[in-house]
Amino acid sequence: MADILQLLVAGLATGAIYALVAIGFTLLWQTSQTINFAQGEFVMLPAFFVLIAMSYFGLSFWPAVAVGTLVSIIVLGALFKRLVVDPMIRHGVLPLVIATIGLAILMKEAVREFYGADAQPFPPLAADINVTILGVAFAMQSLVVLAIGIAAVVALQLFLNRTRTGRCMQATAQNPTAARLLGIPVERMILYTFLINGALVALASILITPIYLAKFTNGEWLGLYAFIAAIVGGFNQVRGAIAGGLLLGVVDNFAAAYLSSQYRMALPLLILIVVILFRPQGLLGRIEERTV
Amino acid sequence: MRGMKLGPVVSALLLMAGAAGAADVKLAYVGEISGSIAVSGGNFRDGVILAVEEINAAGGILKEKIALSQLDTQTNPGVARSQMQKAIDGEPYVVLGPIFSGNVKATMQLLQQAEIPHLIGGEAGELTTLGDRFLFRTSFGQQIGMPKIANFIRDELKAKTIALIWVNNDFGKGGRDNLMKQLAERNIKLVADVSTESGQVDFAADVVKLKAANADAVFVYSNEEECARIMREARKQGLKGPFVGDTTLLSQKTIELAGDAANGVMGHVGLTADAPIPAVAEFTARFQKRFNYKPDHNGIKGYTAVYAVKYVTEKKLGKFDRKALAQVMHGLTIAPKDEPAILIETTWDNVGEIDRISFLAEVVNGQQKITKILPKLGK
Repeated sequence: MADILQLLVAGLATGAIYALVAIGFTLLWQTSQTINFAQGEFVMLPAFFVLIAMSYFGLSFWPAVAVGTLVSIIVLGALFKRLVVDPMIRHGVLPLVIATIGLAILMKEAVREFYGADAQPFPPLAADINVTILGVAFAMQSLVVLAIGIAAVVALQLFLNRTRTGRCMQATAQNPTAARLLGIPVERMILYTFLINGALVALASILITPIYLAKFTNGEWLGLYAFIAAIVGGFNQVRGAIAGGLLLGVVDNFAAAYLSSQYRMALPLLILIVVILFRPQGLLGRIEERTV
Repeated sequence: MRGMKLGPVVSALLLMAGAAGAADVKLAYVGEISGSIAVSGGNFRDGVILAVEEINAAGGILKEKIALSQLDTQTNPGVARSQMQKAIDGEPYVVLGPIFSGNVKATMQLLQQAEIPHLIGGEAGELTTLGDRFLFRTSFGQQIGMPKIANFIRDELKAKTIALIWVNNDFGKGGRDNLMKQLAERNIKLVADVSTESGQVDFAADVVKLKAANADAVFVYSNEEECARIMREARKQGLKGPFVGDTTLLSQKTIELAGDAANGVMGHVGLTADAPIPAVAEFTARFQKRFNYKPDHNGIKGYTAVYAVKYVTEKKLGKFDRKALAQVMHGLTIAPKDEPAILIETTWDNVGEIDRISFLAEVVNGQQKITKILPKLGK
């Protein structure tokens, strides 16, 4: 029983990170019809911003995290929108998708070339100690990651639902034309979405890198897991992304423990196939109709 | 008039052609510069580069400078084969690498057919059993290291049960098979046998399995990055040790990546930059000055490989002859008094297997501390 609880908490912690990344996917899709296949690399990169701030500019950890987050928001949010999305989206979704695939390769190879191919250690957010709850020992790091992930999601939901700007962003996502007619600055709302994605990927990066180490290949599997989480949960619903991420983290962990490490990826992919076949809008997504 | 203008041009071209034709001896490094084994491959490559720079600064081998080409296998056997073929097309004197045992297996036949000596970094036990007369190790095979660590588990740790976590590639499988045999011979029971994947990042579920086994000791046998991640996860979940391994668990890169999580791990190391040998300490200092990081055992492997080639070519052959080099290296012993850059007395047997002294070590406060020196098997 203790093992199951520990696996559950560890899975939820990992799943919270997948959820943060998957939320970024869904937000970008909802507001700007952007499918960002560089999202995994977007999570890989902020860790290197932090490492550069520490090793080359001599900052201590938390100031480096602040700088890394700011750089992520600017580069992976504003600049990404301005230099990649805006020029490509007018040609349709497919060219933009291909552009993001190319961007992913560019980012990965740039890190390998200019920083290094080796994995790098990253300072942990919490001490390597165990906390005993109800007689079961849980890793402090897992609890901290889970707590921060939940707090970030709750904060985002409050922002989207309880603030004027958040409601404007939702209106833009639902119907940009109507939102424009109501006087909502649609372009600004779309920009905010990209900036929020930049912050989310930075947060995910800082949470996951202490455990997985900073390496240029981290984006490959992270992006895939987050994409599966977004599809399974529902690509057009933030709460779907949350559910998908948490589900995927738990399923992956239990599959590794009780099936095999070799086939741990098989179960999430199987779930993806089943969802696409029988509930293509995702577990919590809504069916979208288009007029032709 | 035209002839007068042509003359100087032709002369200049001939001069340039003559300069380009000045003999360089070609060495090819074909190894893991990227991919999951980049840590090991990068160290090995840098050891090679340091040796090449030193030798060239001293005049080269038989007065010919070394021209080193570097090709990246990307830790992928398919890519390794094509890169090796590319290297062979360049007609190198010797090939150095690969380090990843899977890539060695994928490429050794090409080199054997081309009759090019290759000094590998791979440690999988079977590599020297495949009849390749041109293959030479730069570190112990697992069949040498595992008996030593099994003795340590039996005699020093007095462990009756072991939980094993290993990487599912040629290196890991070979180590697991060798270890299981050695443990069985010593009546030590394997109570957990956890296989993991190369490049794996999440070990939470695997560590839960190790905890459930409740063994006297945990044996970790994976590549450096994965060892570091396993140790971090193990400490995170409070898995009790002791933790034991062979070479990779105690390597410098593992210690750097694992941080405090590496403290207390113990094991056998065939080669180490922390060996209490002055020549090794001097090499480590030069390597650190050149590359701004401390080498692990792979750096020593790459470095000594080049100097072994130099020694045989200059002192035993007096000429560049690939086949003769391979023949001479079988049964050869190089001592530091003959070639100081070999660092530790090294012997190759008739299948290319290596023999040297080795070490038992423990990680203390982020440093590898040698606790015992083990003699050569041949002594």
